Order: sequence, then C-alpha cells, then structure tokens
Amino acid sequence: MDSFTTPLLAGTATGALLLIAALGLALTFGQMGVINMAHGEFLMAGAYATYLTQQVVTNTDVSVLVALPVAFLVAGLLGLLLEVTVISWMYRRPLDTLLVTVGVGLVLQQLAKDVFGAQGDPVRTPGWLEGNIDVFGYHWPYRQMFTIVLALMALTALAALLKYSSFGRQIRATVQNRDLAETVGIRTRTVDRITFFVGSGLAGIGGVAVSLISGTNPRLGTAYIISAFLVVVAGGLGQLKGTVIAAFAVGIATSFFADWTSASMAQVATFALVVVFLQVRPQGLFVVRSRGLA
Amino acid sequence: MKSFARSYGPLVAIAVLAVLLLVVAPAVLSPFRLNNLGKYCCWAIAAVGIGLAWGRGGMLVMGQGVFFGIGGYAMAMHLKLEAAGPEGIPDFMLLYGDGTMPGWWEPFRSGAFTLFAIVALPAIAAAILGYAVFKRRVKGAYFAILTQALAVVFATLLIATIQETGGFNGLNQFTFFFGYNLYDPVNKKMVYSIAAGLLVACLVVVWQLYRSRFGELLVATRDAEERVRFLGHDPANVKLAAFVIAAVMASIGGAMFAPIAGIISPSDVDATASIFLIAGVALGGRALLLGPALGAIAVGYGRSTLSESFPDQWTYFLGALFIAVILLFPAGLASLFGKAWSRLPRRKAAPA
Repeated sequence: MDSFTTPLLAGTATGALLLIAALGLALTFGQMGVINMAHGEFLMAGAYATYLTQQVVTNTDVSVLVALPVAFLVAGLLGLLLEVTVISWMYRRPLDTLLVTVGVGLVLQQLAKDVFGAQGDPVRTPGWLEGNIDVFGYHWPYRQMFTIVLALMALTALAALLKYSSFGRQIRATVQNRDLAETVGIRTRTVDRITFFVGSGLAGIGGVAVSLISGTNPRLGTAYIISAFLVVVAGGLGQLKGTVIAAFAVGIATSFFADWTSASMAQVATFALVVVFLQVRPQGLFVVRSRGLA
Repeated sequence: MKSFARSYGPLVAIAVLAVLLLVVAPAVLSPFRLNNLGKYCCWAIAAVGIGLAWGRGGMLVMGQGVFFGIGGYAMAMHLKLEAAGPEGIPDFMLLYGDGTMPGWWEPFRSGAFTLFAIVALPAIAAAILGYAVFKRRVKGAYFAILTQALAVVFATLLIATIQETGGFNGLNQFTFFFGYNLYDPVNKKMVYSIAAGLLVACLVVVWQLYRSRFGELLVATRDAEERVRFLGHDPANVKLAAFVIAAVMASIGGAMFAPIAGIISPSDVDATASIFLIAGVALGGRALLLGPALGAIAVGYGRSTLSESFPDQWTYFLGALFIAVILLFPAGLASLFGKAWSRLPRRKAAPA
C-alpha cells in the first residue's frame, strides 16, 4: 500500500502546484496568445515576497496568511508592468512574446541573484503546518495538503470569476471571438491587462506554496515553468478543466515514475508521455472549436 | 549581370567570410583568441541550422542544445577513450563509478563510428520527435515549448548520470584529437580550421538549400502552411527535413566544440545554452543567409568579453539583448543593411 499511496499523495501535491502555475499561463495563453516564459520568475517573486513578509511580520503563524495577498499583488503588478511595457507592443506575434519574456525572465533571475544572493533563503513553516497525517503508512505533510487546498481555492475563485462575474463574461467573450467582443463594446485591451494581472498574481500564490516546501531560490521558477507549460500543452486552451486534469495527471505520473526509477528518469518519462499524448490529441485535452484552419 | 549578382552575391559574401576565418584570423589572432573564435564558429554552425528551421521554416527550435550536446558528447566520449588508450577506461569512471564502462561507450572507441554517430544520432532523434510532432500538426508555441522541455530533460538526465556521462562536470581533459596531440599549438590551429571550414561548408549547403525548390517550399510552409497542403504537398515532411538538417548542424557544431573548448558539460547544452544560441540568430537576422552565423559569433564574442570584465552582468546583457532585438529589430540587425540597400537610389525596373 505504501508504494502506492506515497507517490499518489506526493504527486497530488505536485499536481496542485503545477495547477496554480499553469492556471495563469493557460489564461493568458488562451486569451491573448501570449506565451509568458517569465511566469516562472513571477512564481519566484511570490516566494521572495513570502520571505520578505516573514522579515516584517515575525509571527510565523500569521505571516504566511499575510504573504498570500502580498505575493498575489507583487507578482500581479510585475505581470501588469510586463504587459504594459513590453507585451502590448507585440500582440499577434506569439513566438516573439515567448522570446521577449525569456529575456525578461533572465533579467529577473539575475536580479534576484544580485539582491538576495545566489543561495536560497529559508522560509519558516508556520506551526499549524508542521507535522503530518498518517495515510496508509505515508506520513503526509500538512504543507502538501496546504498546497492542494490553496490550489483548489485558487481554482474555485478563478472559475467563479469566469463564470459568474461580468468581468468573467468579458474574458470568455474575448477568448472566443476577440473581434466580436470588441464590436459589442468590450474593451478587450483592458480585459487583457486585468487577465494578465490575475494570471501573474496566481503565480505569486504558487510562489507562497513553493517557498513553504523548498524555500526561496533565484532559479526556483525554471524548475516549474517547463512542467507547467507541458500541463498547458496537454490540457488544451480555453477551458479550465483541461488544465486541472492535466496538472494532476502530470504531477501524479511524474511522482510514480520517480518512485519506480529516479527523479531525472521521471522527467524523461513525463516528457515522452506528453508527446505520446499529443499523438492522440494534438490540441490537448479540450479545445475551443473554431472554424479557423490555424 | 544583375541576376548574376543576385544569384551569386551571397556566395561571394560566404567566400569573404571564409577568407576572414581561414586566412586572416589565424594570421593575426593570438592562439587564445583564435581558440575562442573557434568556439564561436561552433555556435555559429548550430545557429546556421536554427536559421534554417526558425528563420526559413518558422519552427522556433528552443532545444538545439540537445543536438549540440549529442554531437559534443559523442565526440567527447571518443576523445576520452582515446586519452585513456586502448582497453583503458575514462578516468572519471574510476573516480565516481565502480571502474566498469557501460557497454554503449564501447563503439565510440572507433573514430569512424563516432563520426557516423555525430551525424546519425541527432538525425534519428530529430526525425522521431519531428515525425511525432509535425505529422500531428503540433506547431507554433506548442512546438517551441516541447523543444525547450526536451533541453531541460536532456540536461537533467546528464547531470543525474555522473557514472556514465560525468554528470555536472561533463567530459573534459582530452589529450588527443584523432591521433593529434591537442596540447600542440599547431594542432589546435588545425582543429580551429576544421571548425571554421565546417561553418563555411554549412553556409554553402544552406545557400544551396535556400535556392532550391525545397527552400521555397519551406518558406511557403512558414508563411501559409494550409495553402501548401492544399497544393498537394505535405508540410510535415518539409518541416521534418529542415528540423533534421538543423539538428545535424547543431550536432556538428557540438562535436567541434568539445575539442576546442576542452570540455562539454550540461551547462553547454541545457535550456539556457539553447536560448543563448537563439539569441545570436535573432540578433543577426533569422531569415538571412549570413545573419545567424554572424549573430552567433557576435553574441559569443560579447559573452567572452563581458564575462571577462563583468562576470555577473552578462545575464543582464543577454536578457536586455533579447528584449531590445525582438522589440525593435524583429528581423535582426542584418536586416538594417538590407533596408539601407533597398533605399539606395537605382534605376527603376522597366514596367512589365
């Protein structure tokens, strides 16, 4: 039982992390066709925001909860800044946004290295997240459960926003048909900016969860960004459920592969799995159908 | 006369570059600088392939470091075995492993097999991945992300296999290059000349490809894949061919990089290294013939110079370079010359 529950539960936590990271990516990619390679660095920014919050709010039990909105704001504003200064110049050139944001990511990484040092800083775990619960012989850390709860809360909030708020309707309209959305009076550029803010902010929330598990590190973003992108690719664009299923599938599969072989072989196997999966569904799990050829 | 200039002008430019690299540079540069130029030439060889796949084919290949690494490691394995002597095994295996050599190292004792593997291995790897991806019409950003993921996976795998591939340290300390002592300056110069010569050869190959029907089909696929399909061609095959050629070129670059740099390690082949290759191509002009090669040499030179004087600031420059080039000169710096050229006053062509 142990060899089954351990990778399953640990993998679910990894999947939850990937979900938070991939939600923002899928949102901006699906809506604006923007590939934000600096998204991983927003994750890192969220982690450092947690670290800094702990320097100010010394009560560890509270600081993590304070860090959540702080990280959301920090990463979100970084995203907004990126959108206004760089990305808004190159809409409809998706491959170019990919390259530009690679550059932005490099700069942010080096910046973090210069400001905080190449070595990571530890983030203290609050008392209420210490300890674990015994599930069929696996000592499941509360921190991993916290990640899952956080991911589900982010998912619920985002889904509710998209489904019920008028802003969410505007986003969905823009995703489905930008020109028609403009025709009915939606300011698609403003919608884009807010989407980018929310998507980047979600990365910041992910950063809080990551920092609790592995502390901060200038290269923290790169570890997650590629897996998160694979999740987006496998999940398909335009619908949250594809991202959700893909995130947990990738997280759990990687965890099982790692259990059977090694952590590095698990990466190879997951990559192969995604390529094979694309043979069956080249556009990912769910696609917004259109009559376009592209 | 004009058509002659248009057809063979690029060839003249390649010839000028060949003279600069093969005659002028060895005469004026110190051995250290010449060796550095050799490294840039290796990156330039890979960049020429990226120019073909990305500039002409529209496939943003963000994982060329993988193929660079396949060639580099294949060559490095041979050089390691040559240094170890017949029946000997590479030193690091005694250090980290139990002193036995994995079976798949054995064929690399043969120089002929190594040369064959440098071409065949990347071709096979690129063909398998390309076939799986292009036939299912996975393209654009999806393709770019998959190639980058490949680079990440490849580097992780190398780092994890310290007993088989030297892990994080990579493979280094080569003494012989196909029988020639690498510590001898004359032989170092020869290795440089081979790399520079291969760069010129790759440029000629690409020049010929761009002129051919394949080259036209490739550009057509980049600009309007569906129309190419309607005309009865399979765009997947066109892209596959370009991707495989690009992979082989990257591999050749890597194979020459190992003896010139004296080391090949995961940091030479990972995602960041792949992005570094892209930077040169973007700077030089991805769709032009000489743009990628010149861009790669320039970025390589910039990297050496800047990391000599400001070791930490190099990353800022690379990042800023990306942002500036893509924002301001998406067609690369070389395109500015083209623009200036087309603005020159000239006789108007007679109306058709």
